[in-house]
Amino acid sequence: MPVFYGTEIDSSLMLGTAGYPSPRILADAFARSGAGIATVSLRREAGGGQDFWALIRSLGVGLLPNTAGCHSAREAVTTAQMAREVFATDWIKLEVIGHADTLQPDVFELVEAARILASDGFKVFPYCTEDLTVCDRLLAAGCQVLMPWGAPIGSGLGLNNPHGLRALRAAFPDVPLVVDAGIGLPSHAAAAMEMGYDAILLNSAVARAGDPVAMAAAMADAIRAGRAAWLADPMERTDMAIPSTPVIGRAFL
Amino acid sequence: MSVTVIGGGVMGLCIATELNARGIPAAILDRAPGPQACSWWAGGMLAPWCEGESAEPAVVRHGLGAADWWRDQGVPVTRNGTLVVSPARDTGALARFARRSQGHRMLDAQGIAALEPDLGTRFDRALFFDSEAHLAPREALAILSERLARTQAATGQVIDCRGLSARDALGDLRGVRGEMVVIRCPEIALSRPVRLLHPRMPLYVVPRGDGVFMLGATMLESDRRGPPTARAVLELLSAAFALHPAFAEAEVLELGADARPAFPDNLPRIRRVGGVIHANGLYRHGFLLAPAVARMVADHLQHQTRPEFMDADHD
Repeated sequence: MPVFYGTEIDSSLMLGTAGYPSPRILADAFARSGAGIATVSLRREAGGGQDFWALIRSLGVGLLPNTAGCHSAREAVTTAQMAREVFATDWIKLEVIGHADTLQPDVFELVEAARILASDGFKVFPYCTEDLTVCDRLLAAGCQVLMPWGAPIGSGLGLNNPHGLRALRAAFPDVPLVVDAGIGLPSHAAAAMEMGYDAILLNSAVARAGDPVAMAAAMADAIRAGRAAWLADPMERTDMAIPSTPVIGRAFL
Repeated sequence: MSVTVIGGGVMGLCIATELNARGIPAAILDRAPGPQACSWWAGGMLAPWCEGESAEPAVVRHGLGAADWWRDQGVPVTRNGTLVVSPARDTGALARFARRSQGHRMLDAQGIAALEPDLGTRFDRALFFDSEAHLAPREALAILSERLARTQAATGQVIDCRGLSARDALGDLRGVRGEMVVIRCPEIALSRPVRLLHPRMPLYVVPRGDGVFMLGATMLESDRRGPPTARAVLELLSAAFALHPAFAEAEVLELGADARPAFPDNLPRIRRVGGVIHANGLYRHGFLLAPAVARMVADHLQHQTRPEFMDADHD
C-alpha cells in the first residue's frame, strides 16, 4: 500500500469530492470505493463551506486539501495556508493552473510554490506533468511525492503519454507516484497501476458517472487488479507467438 | 384545527395555501415575499424531466404535478417546454443528457429554429422536453401571499418553513449557494427556458417577458449569502454569450445570490421536532416540489399519514 510522507494508506485510490449529485451519493461512493484519502477544495467554497467540510470529515478518511483554481504561486501558497488552518493538516495537493483550455499546470509557478510550502513544513503533493526535469526540480524543492497527469483534468481521456509515465516510474523507482487527472475508465486506472504507480487520484470519472457508487466500486476493483498485476511481475511482450503447449509433431512454419 | 406557518418563502406559502384550500385555517408569520427568501431568486422552471438527469427519481415523480397546482392557484404558468442544447465542441454532453433523462425528443437545427426563431440554426441538435413549464417566481409568491394576507391570523399547530434559518433545529440541513443575473435584451425573444450544457459553466436562461431574462445558477457547497462573485457573473454571462452573442449587448438589471436549504440527499424533508412540523430542504427544486410537499403536509395533518418525504420524528 502507498506510503506518503511516512504515512501508509490502506488504499491506492484517492477520490475527489466535487461534482457529485448529492452529499449522500458522495458518501456512498466513498464507502463502496474504500478510498483512503479524500481531496477537498478550499478555494471556491471559501467563506461558507463549513457544512460541506464537516460532511467530508465525517467520511472518516484522510484529507488532502487542494489549491484547485489557483493560477500563481502566491495564490497557491495563501490557499495552502488557509487549508492548513481549516483542515488541520500539513498535507496539500498543490495545483497551479497555467492554461485556461487544458488546465495544465504552470510548472514554473508550481516549483516555486512547492519550494515555499515545503520549507514552511508542508507535505506537498504536486499536480505536475510527466516531464522528468520538472519532476527533478519538484523533488529538489522538497516534494516527496509526484502526481503527474494522465490527461487534462476532467477530460476522461486516460493516459495520454504512457511512454512518459513509464519513463517517470523508471527514473524515480523510490518516489511515490500518483496519476492525477484524466482518468475516465477503470481500464485507465488499471493501466497506470500495472506500470507500477502507487496510487490513482480521480474525481470526475466517479462523480459524473450515471451511477457514481457503482463506478466507485469498479475503479476500486481495477486499481486492486492493476496493483496485483504489477506485483506479480507481468510477462514480457514479444512480437512472436510463443505457444503455451508444445507444438512438436504438429506442422508449423 | 388551525395552523401557523413560520416562513413566507415558497414552502410556507404553498403549505398555507394548500391547507386553506382544504378548509384548515393557516396564516403565515413572516414579512411579505422579498429578497430575504431564497425563492425570490429562483428560476421558476417546472422541469421535472430535466432535473431527473441528475436528481433522485422522487424529484421527477413529485414534480410532475407542479404546473397544474400553480395554475389552479391562479398563477400564470407557461407550458412551452424546455430546450436543452450543448456547445458544438461537446456534442457528447447532449447524448449523455438524453440517455439519463426521459420525456424528450431530439430536434435538428430546423426543428430548433421553428421553436425559437432567434436561436436560428446556431445549434445542430437540441433536446426538447415538451411537457415542461415555467413561471415567474416573484409573481407567484405575490399571488399566494396576497391571498393569504386576507386570512385570519391563526394559532395552533406550528409548521416551520424557515429554510436555512431552521438549522438551529435541523442539524443535517446545509446551504448550497446559488448566484443569478437578470438582464434585458430586447434583441432576443425566447418562448421557453433554454439550458446550455457546458462542462465548466452549465447555464439556464428563463424568459421573463418584455426582453427580460434570468440567467442561473451556480451551485456551490457554501452557505454564504453575500453578493455574487466576479467569477460567477463572468461564467453566467460568458455562457449566455455562448448561447447567443446578442446577449453581450444586454443591460444587466440585477445580480443576486442566496443559499438554498438542502439535506444530504438533496431531497426535501417533513420532520416533527417536538411539537413543531418542519418542511424544508427544497434545494434547487423550490417551485417544482413545494406543491407536492404542501400536499404531503396537509395529508399528514388531516389523515395522520406518513408521507414519502416524512422521516423519523425527532422528539
